[in-house]
Formats: sequence, C-alpha cells, structure tokens
Amino acid sequence: MLLLSLLLLPLIGAMVLALRPGLGGKFAAAWSVLPLAVIGLIIGSSHGGAAAEWSLDWMPDAGIELAFRADGTSLLFLFLTAVVTLFSIHSSLRFGIGDRVYFALVLVMQSMLFGVFTATSFIPFFLCWEMTLIPSYLLVRLWGSAKAPKAALRFFVVTLSGGVCMLLGFLALQLTVGTMDFVELGKLAAGREIAGAMGKALGGVSGTMALTIVAGMVFLGLAVKVPVVPFHAWLPDAYAEAPTPVTMLLTGLLSKMGVYGLVRVFLPVFPEVLPAMAPWLGGLAVATVVLGALAALAQKDLKRILAYSSVNHLGYCVMAVAAVGASTADREAVSSAVSGAILQAFNHGVIVCALFYGVAVLEQKSGGLRGLNDFGGLRAKMPVFCGLFGLALFASIGLPGLSGFVGEFLIFNGVFGLQPWAASVALVGLLLTAIFLLRIIRLVFCGPLKDAVSKYEDIGKHDRWIVVPVVAMIVVFGVWPQFLLHFMNGDTVRLLDLLCPIP
Amino acid sequence: MVDALTSAFPCLLWWVPLLPFLAAGVIAFLPDARGKLASKIAIGALGGSVVLALLALICALSPDYRLATSVAWFTFGDTVLEVGLLLDPMSGGMAAMVSFVAFWIFIFSLGYMADEKRFGRFFGFLSLFCGAMLMVVLSNSLLLLFMAWELVGLASYLLIGFYFEKPSAAKAAQKAFITTRVGDVAFLLGLIWLYRETGTQLFYDGGSGLLESGALATLAGTTTVCGLAVSAAASLLLLIGAMGKSGQVPLHVWLPDAMEGPTPVSALIHAATMVAAGVFLVARTHPVFSAAAVDGMSVPLTAAAWIGGITALYAALVAVAQSDIKRILAYSTVSQLGFMMVALGTGGVGAAMFHLIAHAFFKALLFLSAGSVIHGCHHEQDIRKMGGLQKAMPKTFLSYAVGMMALSGFPFVFSGFWSKEAIFHSAMGWPGGYGPFLLAATAALLTAFYMTRQALLVFRGNARSKDAEHAHESPAVMTLPLQVLAVGAVLLAVVGTPAWPWFEKWMENEHAHFHIEGFWAHGGIGLVVLSLALVSVGVGVAWNLYKQAPTDSEAPDKLEGMLGGVWGFLRNAMFFDALYDRCVIAPLNFLAGAVDALERMVMVPMMGCFESALKWFGRCTGLSDEEGINKGFDGICGGMKSCGASASKAQKGRPQGYLRSIGVGAAALLVLYFWLVG
Repeated sequence: MLLLSLLLLPLIGAMVLALRPGLGGKFAAAWSVLPLAVIGLIIGSSHGGAAAEWSLDWMPDAGIELAFRADGTSLLFLFLTAVVTLFSIHSSLRFGIGDRVYFALVLVMQSMLFGVFTATSFIPFFLCWEMTLIPSYLLVRLWGSAKAPKAALRFFVVTLSGGVCMLLGFLALQLTVGTMDFVELGKLAAGREIAGAMGKALGGVSGTMALTIVAGMVFLGLAVKVPVVPFHAWLPDAYAEAPTPVTMLLTGLLSKMGVYGLVRVFLPVFPEVLPAMAPWLGGLAVATVVLGALAALAQKDLKRILAYSSVNHLGYCVMAVAAVGASTADREAVSSAVSGAILQAFNHGVIVCALFYGVAVLEQKSGGLRGLNDFGGLRAKMPVFCGLFGLALFASIGLPGLSGFVGEFLIFNGVFGLQPWAASVALVGLLLTAIFLLRIIRLVFCGPLKDAVSKYEDIGKHDRWIVVPVVAMIVVFGVWPQFLLHFMNGDTVRLLDLLCPIP
Repeated sequence: MVDALTSAFPCLLWWVPLLPFLAAGVIAFLPDARGKLASKIAIGALGGSVVLALLALICALSPDYRLATSVAWFTFGDTVLEVGLLLDPMSGGMAAMVSFVAFWIFIFSLGYMADEKRFGRFFGFLSLFCGAMLMVVLSNSLLLLFMAWELVGLASYLLIGFYFEKPSAAKAAQKAFITTRVGDVAFLLGLIWLYRETGTQLFYDGGSGLLESGALATLAGTTTVCGLAVSAAASLLLLIGAMGKSGQVPLHVWLPDAMEGPTPVSALIHAATMVAAGVFLVARTHPVFSAAAVDGMSVPLTAAAWIGGITALYAALVAVAQSDIKRILAYSTVSQLGFMMVALGTGGVGAAMFHLIAHAFFKALLFLSAGSVIHGCHHEQDIRKMGGLQKAMPKTFLSYAVGMMALSGFPFVFSGFWSKEAIFHSAMGWPGGYGPFLLAATAALLTAFYMTRQALLVFRGNARSKDAEHAHESPAVMTLPLQVLAVGAVLLAVVGTPAWPWFEKWMENEHAHFHIEGFWAHGGIGLVVLSLALVSVGVGVAWNLYKQAPTDSEAPDKLEGMLGGVWGFLRNAMFFDALYDRCVIAPLNFLAGAVDALERMVMVPMMGCFESALKWFGRCTGLSDEEGINKGFDGICGGMKSCGASASKAQKGRPQGYLRSIGVGAAALLVLYFWLVG
C-alpha cells in the first residue's frame, strides 16, 4: 500500500491544486516533501529484495495487470524523482515561474515517473511512460520562451513516435511469446527461449531476425528519450527554450527513463540478439559521447552547452549497456558497467539540477542573457555562487571525490573489459568535457569584471537553502558511493545471474 | 618504538593527508575577513602532518619496511573495491619531504601574501594541494593515487588561476588542467587496463597486489597490440600520464605558464607537489614498467629514458634565452624532471628519487628566493631590470646562491651534485646506448650556464631600474624558510654520495654500506671529473659573457648577437605554443564547428522531414478515422484522447492531430490484439 500511496500522492496534490484556486506553488512545494517521506518509509520497512509492491488485476480477461514493484534500483530512481521534482518546484517558486496549473502538471509528471520506475510489466510501464509526455509538453510549450512552441512540438512528436515503436515491439512479443511481463520475459530470455518462440509463432520467419527487429524498435523508443545520436535533434531546442526549472525535469528525470529502460528492460529481455546488435549500439553510444561533446564545444549559450553536455554524459550510460550486450563473458566487468550506468544516471540527475540552477540565477540577474560572453569576472562579485556552481561543474567533469567520478570510472572499467575499442574512443569525450566546462569557468567567472555584471550581488540565504543540499549530495555521494550502491547491488547481482550465471 | 608506531599507523597514516584536507574544508566555510584564522588552521594542520610524516619516516627508515593497508570503499556486483595506504621507504621519504617543504612554503606565504585580500582562500587552496599530494605518495591503490592525482590537478588549477581577474592567469590555469588531463585520460585507461587484467589495483596486498610477483607475471605473460606485453602497453599509458604531470615534452607547455600563480604556488608546484607526482608514479609502478624487461630494457623504460633526455636538453636550451626570473626557473624544472625520467628509464629508481627530493629542496629554495627578490623589487620579474641586489638583499642572495649552486651541480658539498652523479651513473650503465646520457650531460652543462647568467644579472652590477634601486630585504618570516631549505639542500648531500649511497639504496629497499672506494670504483671518478668539467665550462662561459653587466635594461643580451635567429627560436620555446594553436586547437575548433553545422543543417532538418511525414500520415489516418473506424475506444485510447483534448484546450495547437492519429494507431493495434487474444 505504501507504493500505491506513493504513486497517488502527487496526483492527489495535483487534484487539490486544480480544485482550489487559492493554492499555488507554496502548496506544491510543501506537498512534494511527502513523497520523500513515503520513500523513507518504504526504505525503512524493506528487508532486502523488493521493498514494496502493489498490483491490480486491471483487465483479467486480457491478462493485463497493473503491477508495480519497488526494488533497490527503483528506490534510487524514486528518490531521484522526488528530489529533482522538489528542487525544480522550489526553483520555480524562487524565480517566479509558473502558476497553479504549472505546479499541478509538475505533480502529475512526478506521479507518472514514479510509475515508470516501478512498473514490472509493459502495460503500466508504457502508460506511465507516455503520460509523462503530456505534462512535459505543456510545461515546455506554455511556460517556455517565444520559440518554445516549435521546440515543444518537435519534442512531443519525436518522443511519442519512439514510444509507439516501443509499443509495437512489445505487442509483437505479446502476440508471439504470450507475455509482456518483464520478469517473465527476463526468465525466458535467460533460457534463450524467446527467439525460438517467436520463430514458431511466426512460422517460416527466422525468430532471431524477428527478435532483432523487436529489440531495435524497443531500443529506438528508449534511445529517443536518452537521447542517443542521431535521435537527439529535438533535445537542444527543447532544453534551451523550456523554462529552466522544467529543463531540470527534462534532463534530470525524463532522460533517466531511457537509461532505466535500457538497463532494466532492454538488457534482460533481449540477450539473445544483443551480441549481434552490440557493435551498432556501441557505435551509436560512442558517437553520442563524442559528437555530444564536440557540439557542446561549439555552443555559446550556457543552456545549450549544458544540453549537449547531458547528451555526452548519458552517452556513457548507453555505452555501458551496449558493452554488456556485446559480451557477458567477464562477470566482474558486466557488474561494473551496469552499476556504473545506474550510478551515472542518478548522479547526473543531481548534478544537472545544480548546474541549471546556476544558469537560472544568471538569467535572472542579467534579465535573460545567458551567453558565454555576457558575463566576466563574476568571482569578484559572487564568490559563493561561483564556488557552488564551480563545484557542480567539476562534478560534471568527473573530478574524483565528487559524485560524477565513480559512475564514469565503473562504466569505463566495465566497458573496457567488454568492448575495449568503445572505451578507448570514448576517452576523447572525457577530455572534451573538461575543455567546454572549464571554458565556462574561464569566461563567466574569471577575467576582468565587466560593467554589466558589476552591480550583481551574491546569492542570498534563500538560494543557499535551495542549492546547498544538492551540492552536499554531490560531495557525499562522491566520497561515499557505497550509500547508493548498497541499494542496488542486490538487483545488480540478480541481473548478473540472468545474464552471466556463475557456471 | 617502531613497533608501537607500526601498530598505530594503519589509522594514523590516514591523518597525514586528511589533516590538510580537513583544513581546506574548514577554510572553505570561512569568510575572507577571517584570513588570519585560515592561515593558522592551514599551518597547524600541515604541522600535524609534518609530525606524523616524520614519525612515519622513522618507521620506514629500515629499507625492508612495508606497511600496506586496505579498506573496502564500495561494492559492485560480487566485487569489493578496496583502497588503502602504503608506508615504505619511498612513500615515507616522499611524505616527509612533501610535508616538510610545503610547511616552509606555507610560512613563507604568510609574509609574501600578507597584503592579499583573499589571504584565507589562498591557504585553503594550498592545504588542498598538500593533502592531495600526500595522498598521492601514500596511496596503496592505483585508483586512489589517480583520484588524489586529479585533486592535485584541481588545486593547481585553482592556484595558478588565483589572480582570476587576469585573463592570462585564467588561461594558464585552464591550459594546465587540460594539458595534464590529456595525460590523465591515458593514465585512467592504463589503470583500468591493469585492473581488468589482474583483478586488483592495490599495489601490495599480501602477495596478490599489482606490484607483486603473481600479477607481474600475468602482465608480462599476456601479449596485446603490436606484440607488446600488457605490462608494457599499460606502462606506456601510465608514462603518458606522468609526462603530463611532470611536464615532459611534448606535454610540457603548461608548466612555464603555471608561474602566473603567486610565487609560493610556483615553489609548491615545481618542488614538492604536482610535477613530482609524475616521476613518483613511474617510480612507484616501476615493477610494472620493467615486468617484461629483457636485460633491464623494456619499451616503456626506453621511451622514458629518451623522452627524459630530450626534455632535459630542450628545456635547458630554452632556459638560456629567457629573461623572466621565474620563467628561467620554470624551464629548469622541466629540464631537471627530464633528468629524473632518464634515471627511471635507465633503471636508476633510487637515483631518480634522490634527485627528486634534492631537487624539491633546492627548487623550493630557488623559487622562494626569487619570490623574495620579486617582493623586494616591487613585483618586477624581468632580470634585465634588476642588478646589484647582492648588497640590498644579502640574506636572499646567500640562499639563492646555495640553490643555484645545488641546481648547477657545484661539486661535493651540494646535494644536486651527487644526485646528478647518480643519474649519470645510471645512464652510463644503460645497455641501450649513450643517447640519453649525452643529452643529459649537455643539459647539465647548459644548466650551469643559464643559472650563472641569471645569478649574475640579478645580483651583480648596478641596478638597472627604479624598482631595483629601491630594493629591500624581505622580512624574517620570508628569509627563515630560505635558510631552512638551504641547509636541507646541502645536508642531503651526505646521504647520497657514491661512498655511502644510503638514500638511493634505501629507496630501492636495499641496505647500503660505507665504502670510501665508492668514490673512484666503477668508473665513478671519471664521471666526477666529467661533471666537474661540465660545470666549469658552463659557469666559465657564462661568467665571461656576463661579468660585465649590461648598463641598462634595454641592452640586447650578449648571446643574442652571437646566436642570431636561433635566439628567437629558443626565446619562444621553439614555438610549441604556436604549433599547438595551429595543429590541435584550430582543428578541434573546426571539428566542433563542423559538428555544430551538421546538427543545424542535417540533423534538425531531418527531424523536420520526419515531422512533416507524420503530419501527412496524421491527416490520412484522421480522415479514415472520421469515415471508417468506430469512435468508441476504451482503455489506453480513452486516456490518450482525453490527454489530447486537454492539450488542445490549452493552446489550440496542432499536436492534437498527431496525438489522435497516433492514439488511433495504437488503439487499432490494441483492438487487433484483443481480437487475436480474446
């Protein structure tokens, strides 16, 4: 029941907001603390394995069940969702963005995200997956910049098409194999039975071929969300034109749906065809890493730099998935890649919150300007701001001791053991990341004080209360990654036992 | 006592790096106004580290002492990743040197930075720098070493860019971080390779560590690309990392620019921390470098020897033509690091470590003396505008003279002489030929030349500018550290002579015995004579050229006329910066621009086409929906439609069309599915 209440809480909040005209952001800010408390309760009441479950026989005749289950890895993503939403709502309040409807939409989205991160079968997963799209579309479109409608529409169309591909893929599985339940599919896949079953059902058509097509479609659906090059062209505009607190949601949470799906659904369900697909997937992942970084290098707008930087950072996660697809011979490397992908996704979500908050502060001070060359010498006027923002930037660079490092190390460690060429090429990405992020520090924070910024004041108490907890998380999870890893390690081992059982 | 300390050290040792780290953390929360308090915290914490490091040194004085600890850091899958600290002669000696030298640099900074507004911040960064470096030298894990190594990079970035208002300082900081990061990325790959191949990244782990026989045999026995053993290939990657940090050609370009930071920072970077890290890494992982060695030679070692020799000569040549007091010292650091690489490449780990530590003392001494000169001359750094400072700054002059003689290799009483002897000895005996030796010997001659030139121009003759005329001696808080370091630079000579090469042997975990004939046995006497000749020629030529000090600051350098075009070539450091601008930075920017253009001209329009195609499809299905299919859908379809409805209410938009069409498509599939299943 705890899980059900977690799923419904934000929806109830949204409903209250919708019905009571007097309420606004303050209510949403207070309300969005509740999910954190519920997650705390779930963690408190768990005894290893699944912490909370809830299911409903929705359409028994069709065998469709709404089943949700929160295990350790899910809990990490639930926690991330709760934290990022809370942070985003507080930043919206701080920067005076949004009204009653806005906050209601954010809460609806949060609820749907909770659903995505706990669904155990395709139907609830897909329902929640698509339902996140509508609030996010509206948030970008209605509260974004003047160019937002076009960007929002493209974001909507492209990701929805991806979703449809995924739906078709899973329908094909249902029709041929007879189930859309992730756990059952995982078991069948571990026994290498899916391709055979598909072949039998289709009669005459090669099962492996059919399964490859299905896997490709599912990958497409997930890849659009992450996004993976070349399905990423919707992203820079959407991220840049959305109001900054919404950008936090897009990159901090929506992109994580893709990574979550890749690790938790794609990997366990398609091991039969992955080795054949892996070189392609690895190529796409490496292209994402390198091209994302190169494109970031060419940008002048802070939000676009960070947008492409997100492409680059999540490319590492996709690279990990592709490498595990390529080979499962080295169990230790597989566990390293899988753990690294999840850790990277989580920590990226936290870090980008701090980064985009920094951009939002700058936008507010400059009246909407956010070019690399619009500022200069900020450290003289805003030392605290520069210190916190700088710390987040270095976390994004992957400085050891901050949270960005461990995930990247584990990913590279794993990928090198499984697909060494991918790891070697992607190292270029690590180098380029440092270049474009340090350039922000050099041009915005350093140099002589520009007239335009000479009147700026350092961030006050209010800002510090919002940002410091996030920055503290960056430091704590960097020094003590075990805190995050111990939640998910049980699931990692279970996945390992499916993919590469100990003989 | 050693036993008691040994039992306490698994915990105590952590505090050596942690104390400065904690100081840095505390100082981060202090406002600028509390600068004095910050400096007290920083010096107090580092003082604690010095005491602990000296205690550790006492333990590690026995050559076969080794204390390796490990703790679990995190678990992934079935694997526990461990990190730990290591106390053996090499780390004990380094930790003591780093903390001791840094301590005196801290004291010096009290005086040098007294007028600085962000005084406290400076001490915070210094503490971070020292903590990270102490972690590097004490680490028992390649991963922990790498992490601390990166933090050293961060601290140097912050300190080089300390005067952030100056664009040149901000540029130099970024250049330092990125150039060393090229090396770091290679280091990371090498680290991962070793870890994947052996399953451990601990150096010593009761027989199963990376530097122990089992793992080394695995590494040497596995062949990879180009017929290299894995040990050799991974070592080459580690070597690239070391080249970045230790300023070896061609990754040296950041080091001369690093003097944009305040002078105590230069002293720290060039002596105790940062550049020492690269040499230390190679020394620490030397067993891996030589795992597949035949006859004392392996590919990575040969590479190190040649790169070291080339770097030593290159930087010495460039230093000859510089006129900035700190830039000359910066190139001399690059050159000396080259000497250390030669020693490492030719198998003289002890010699390299001896030179590293002796160099730390006299280079810190030289930089601080230069700082004292700059301070006395009202922040003038051009030696053409100095002159005659001998009288105005007698204490600084004396300490500078000691440093300069140690660096040039003045015979017998200076540590630099004997450490260089040890390196020559190692290079002479190298089976791979005399190349690195000849390069290093030429560099030694040039070192004596350019140091004499610098000392003469700064301290002799008449003052050539107003600032130099009004020069004053620095306060005691600045001259005391100079005297301490000067004593160190001399005294270290005692423990490393060929007669009693205690230090070198100790570093290689061997016992040394006193044999007076060590001075002349094994060709030692020939090398001593050669060294004497090199130093005399270098000093003599410089003396002859510069004993007549130029009369004014505009006069061209004596060498300029003699060398002609070569002078400009050397003065611009052989145009490495321009080369990188043309061949690395410009192509990179071009590539970034090309990717950006690809984005805007291909990727985005492609999405546009896709959108239009969908629009057309939407119209078609919308039409067929109106005409054909029943409108009553339940389940998912209903949900989607209501969403579409709300979307359309919100903005009169077109997505309704798409949404409906895709909803219709999805619903059609569902109907198909129910029909098939039900």
